[in-house]
Amino acid sequence: MDFLRPLTWDEALAYKAGRPEATPIQGGTDVMVEINLDKGRPAALLDLNPISELTGWSAEGRTVRVGAGVTYSRLIGELGSLLPGLAQAARTVGSPQIRNRGTVAGNLGAASPAGDSHPPLLASGAVVEAESARGRRMIPIGEFYTGVKRNALAPDELIRAVHVPAATGPQYFSKIGTRNAMVIAVCSFAIALHPGERRIGTGIGSAAPTPRRAVAAEEFLAGELDWDGRSALDPGVARRFGELVAEAASPIDDVRGRADYRLHSLSVMARRALGWAWKDYAGRGSA
Amino acid sequence: MRVHIDVNGERLAADDVWEGESLLYVLRERLGLPGAKNACEQGECGSCTVYLDGLPVCACLVAAGQAEGREVVTVEGLASGDDLDQGLDEVQRAFVEAGAVQCGFCTPGLIVQAHSLIESTPQVPEDADIREALAGNLCRCTGYEKIIDAVRLAATRKAQNKAAQKKAPR
Repeated sequence: MDFLRPLTWDEALAYKAGRPEATPIQGGTDVMVEINLDKGRPAALLDLNPISELTGWSAEGRTVRVGAGVTYSRLIGELGSLLPGLAQAARTVGSPQIRNRGTVAGNLGAASPAGDSHPPLLASGAVVEAESARGRRMIPIGEFYTGVKRNALAPDELIRAVHVPAATGPQYFSKIGTRNAMVIAVCSFAIALHPGERRIGTGIGSAAPTPRRAVAAEEFLAGELDWDGRSALDPGVARRFGELVAEAASPIDDVRGRADYRLHSLSVMARRALGWAWKDYAGRGSA
Repeated sequence: MRVHIDVNGERLAADDVWEGESLLYVLRERLGLPGAKNACEQGECGSCTVYLDGLPVCACLVAAGQAEGREVVTVEGLASGDDLDQGLDEVQRAFVEAGAVQCGFCTPGLIVQAHSLIESTPQVPEDADIREALAGNLCRCTGYEKIIDAVRLAATRKAQNKAAQKKAPR
């Protein structure tokens, strides 16, 4: 195995161009598990830790560009008000030790359907900034996940940043697990209200081969909500929304949960998350 | 490969490090620091918790090469000696006094993680905050109650020490 240690982003791209089989390592919370347990042995590790520019984030217009090295701990501490859905999901990742190392970009690179970042990224309409020595590519999040632990990155590409639209309305994340920490999601759900466009964003985790939106649920709900009057949520609408979210999933039975449990809990999480979000929106009065 | 790490204030070098090796392995097997414990090797148990550049992390999930040139503090580095009254850190002393140690395997990781919580919290943390901070450290003996007692005790003493230092004339 080789250990490649670029000191700049351009060097990293050059290494990856020459060694496309190299596995990038940032927090190591996925990659090192594979190596420690001998589940896989990369031909080379490409250490991105020395590249300090990756650890920054910046608000660019109405979008936050989160560098690939920004840890969950920093996201929770620094981006909770701009990106509340993603920060909520970050709070549920692993333990403090894991959150001090793990990153959203690492979650994207691993592309596990259970990754906690994915539902809020889908709900807010994030865009992945990927780059190779050949050039830069902006990949909409809906096109990024291509299969179980597969993503749209070319072999020579690295994730440089994730562009996440700043919240314009309430956002919530909900996750089912056996305890409150150190849990890989049995299933998870994120909602984002986009009042300016009268649009709903959703994201489903751990209940399909890839993280995915519940498009029919989004469209149904956007048409039913009383955006102007902000009147109380119709329980029938909330229930139907939950059903449509569950219909968008295609879970399997596995060690963490059964498919029918996942479908049921998704419909409950969707209904509740909508309730929390609408309560916030209605409580704010006319803006 | 050769890796240089600042461990507990001392610049150390490890040779013949395998590229896929963890920081934990280097600390324990190459640098003679067996304080951080090797258990799950997947970040689940927290028994290998060490400081990396001031933040507590699972040493089993840091590739050795990623620690090149960086500062690591292990449980050994928290103590200035092994005298109960003098050399131990307040957190270590509290674990002894509160009976928060049974088999002792989880203890070094818990102590580093608790140390970090106390250092980063100006007041004595609430029980809920202690539980949240220790959520990634598994203990299979104690049932956690005495561990939480120990953290509360250490935090209270550190807060008192700080207050006393402020009042003391220079």
